[in-house]
Amino acid sequence: MSIYLDRDTRVIVQGITGRMAQFHTKDMLEYGTNVVGGVVPGKGGETVHGVPVFDTVKEAVAATQAKASLVFVPPPFAADSIMEAADAGIQYCVCITDGIPAQDMIQVKRYMMRYPKERRMVLTGPNCAGTISPGKAMLGIMPGHIFLPGHVGIVGRSGTLGYEAAAQLKERGIGVSTSVGIGGDPINGSSFRDILEQFENDDDTHVIAMIGEIGGPQEAEAAAYIRDHITKPVVAYVAGLTAPKGRTMGHAGAIISAFGESASEKVEILTAAGVTVAENPAVIGETIASVM
Amino acid sequence: MDIHEYQAKEVLSNFGVEIPAGALAYSPEQAAYRAREMGGEKWIVKAQVHAGGRGKAGGVKLCDNEHEIQEACEGMFGRKLVTHQTGPEGKGIYRIYVEAAVPIEREIYLGFVLDRTSQRIMIVASAEGGMEIEDISENRPESIIRSTVEPAVGLRDFQAREIAFKLGIEPSLTQSMVRTLQGCYRAFRDLDATMVEINPLVVTTDNRILALDAKMTFDDNAMFRHPQISELRDKSQEDPRESRAADRGLSYVGLDGNIGCIVNGAGLAMATMDTIKLAGGEPANFLDIGGGATPERVAKAFRLVMSDDKVEAVLVNIFAGINRCDWVAEGVVQALQEVKIDVPVIVRLAGTNVEEGMKILAKSGLPIIRATTLMEAAERSVSAWKSDNTTNLKAV
Repeated sequence: MSIYLDRDTRVIVQGITGRMAQFHTKDMLEYGTNVVGGVVPGKGGETVHGVPVFDTVKEAVAATQAKASLVFVPPPFAADSIMEAADAGIQYCVCITDGIPAQDMIQVKRYMMRYPKERRMVLTGPNCAGTISPGKAMLGIMPGHIFLPGHVGIVGRSGTLGYEAAAQLKERGIGVSTSVGIGGDPINGSSFRDILEQFENDDDTHVIAMIGEIGGPQEAEAAAYIRDHITKPVVAYVAGLTAPKGRTMGHAGAIISAFGESASEKVEILTAAGVTVAENPAVIGETIASVM
Repeated sequence: MDIHEYQAKEVLSNFGVEIPAGALAYSPEQAAYRAREMGGEKWIVKAQVHAGGRGKAGGVKLCDNEHEIQEACEGMFGRKLVTHQTGPEGKGIYRIYVEAAVPIEREIYLGFVLDRTSQRIMIVASAEGGMEIEDISENRPESIIRSTVEPAVGLRDFQAREIAFKLGIEPSLTQSMVRTLQGCYRAFRDLDATMVEINPLVVTTDNRILALDAKMTFDDNAMFRHPQISELRDKSQEDPRESRAADRGLSYVGLDGNIGCIVNGAGLAMATMDTIKLAGGEPANFLDIGGGATPERVAKAFRLVMSDDKVEAVLVNIFAGINRCDWVAEGVVQALQEVKIDVPVIVRLAGTNVEEGMKILAKSGLPIIRATTLMEAAERSVSAWKSDNTTNLKAV
């Protein structure tokens, strides 16, 4: 098992005809991902790397029984595409797009609530590298070869920092069950807490690694959840010890604006909840190995 | 993106928020003329800078006549105003807002923010106006009223009335308070703001509710659909290096240390800074050059980092995932040949084809200090910076 994404998961790519999307579609297909279609309004009937393109997500779902979607649509239109996926019955959606207006994401979150829980889409991202279940499938833009299959569940905000952690694990021969990017935006589809819950229920995940950063309440919220509900060992790293207050550090959501949002406060909160905190990014792999 | 007080007031007044009479001036003479034009007996002269805490820093002055207005303005124009929010370098005063003084009965704090917990717009209000919200939440937390807005239906009047009653607004002024709250909310929503703050919102002795100060911040990601707001950008209030970086598609934040950083990805960039600190150094900047570390971007990044005189060593940390390390290495070599760098350069590459990348760096003949792990890179940067400093001292 793994979470959200498996070898058989049928995937569509929204915005598949774009340069980046084409490149990564090829990469995903080569990795073994079951990409069954793409969606670009007005380009229905074309193909990309042998994958059929549809005008709407509904058509794509009807023709391919797709369950998951990867959104590669430019920022002004991305929120609309996510809502289209939610409405068409997609179960799991990853949005890569960086730069979606925050209020568009408020609308998206509200819109997804229209659906009863059992058919409500799960969204991860936006502004993330995607999700990978190593050796099975990948839904995103990460380099697949740095992940070994295994039993560590990774959840993080940042793309390259997540790669850093995966590479440190690979060096030690440690593999990953699923790695999920929740993205660097202030309003995101899933929180750390949401992903932790999935990992807790996944038999294939034995240890959970959480890579957070400054800004927002989600690390603190995760700490409370870990204390009360997670039985598996959790290792965390929080980036941004040296980040000044009130400045946005690259990610739109990486800004310390309230109490509990700095790296040192988050480290303190997580430690108090029983999480093993890696003191610096160079020892993330080592720290995970130490709790296995 | 931030805008000036006078701009925020104009925006909000277009949405029905009442403001005192006021006018903008670019010179002391113009300020005096503006005061005469608007009439009244007392005026407030306010330095327009993108920072709070102007009053305590001498950027807000009450004046009784035109002479005092001119004098106050002469003391402000062209100066740097240093408040607790500007940092020691301060922010330049090039515009002054002259406002007719109003008779104040009470002061209220009113703010609209993007609340990340509820993932909605939240109204924050307190009867303790005039104080900063940080101080209110520390000293009078029980006075803070919070209300979140359901995005599907927007702010309802009953919610606005609830806030008005909790603030103890006189019943005869409830409607006007509702109008103020609705105006702020609509401005926030329609213009993609991320923050609207009116501190203080005042009730006057002649029973009006007026925004005495106003601050608005907008979502940079949404400015494509608000060209009229984008035009309000004032580059004189920004760090020149940061705006230059932003114009080139790089994300840069200047800091006080002396080890420059060039990294791909925001999280990895923060992590690199943290590692430098743990190794005993201080990062000079945050810099995320984005996913594709092309030679052009690397060269741009070097130029940007080196434009900071404090930089005494540069650490390049690239995790090449989709791009291969050999390609990134070629970019680094090319950039170093193009941009003259007279401080130690430490390069750490990780990811795809790392051996080949390291070979390219070694063969280049350039004095690049190579590192394989993040910790090693940080330690080598710190020791290179330290030994470089000793050499300089010896030379003196």
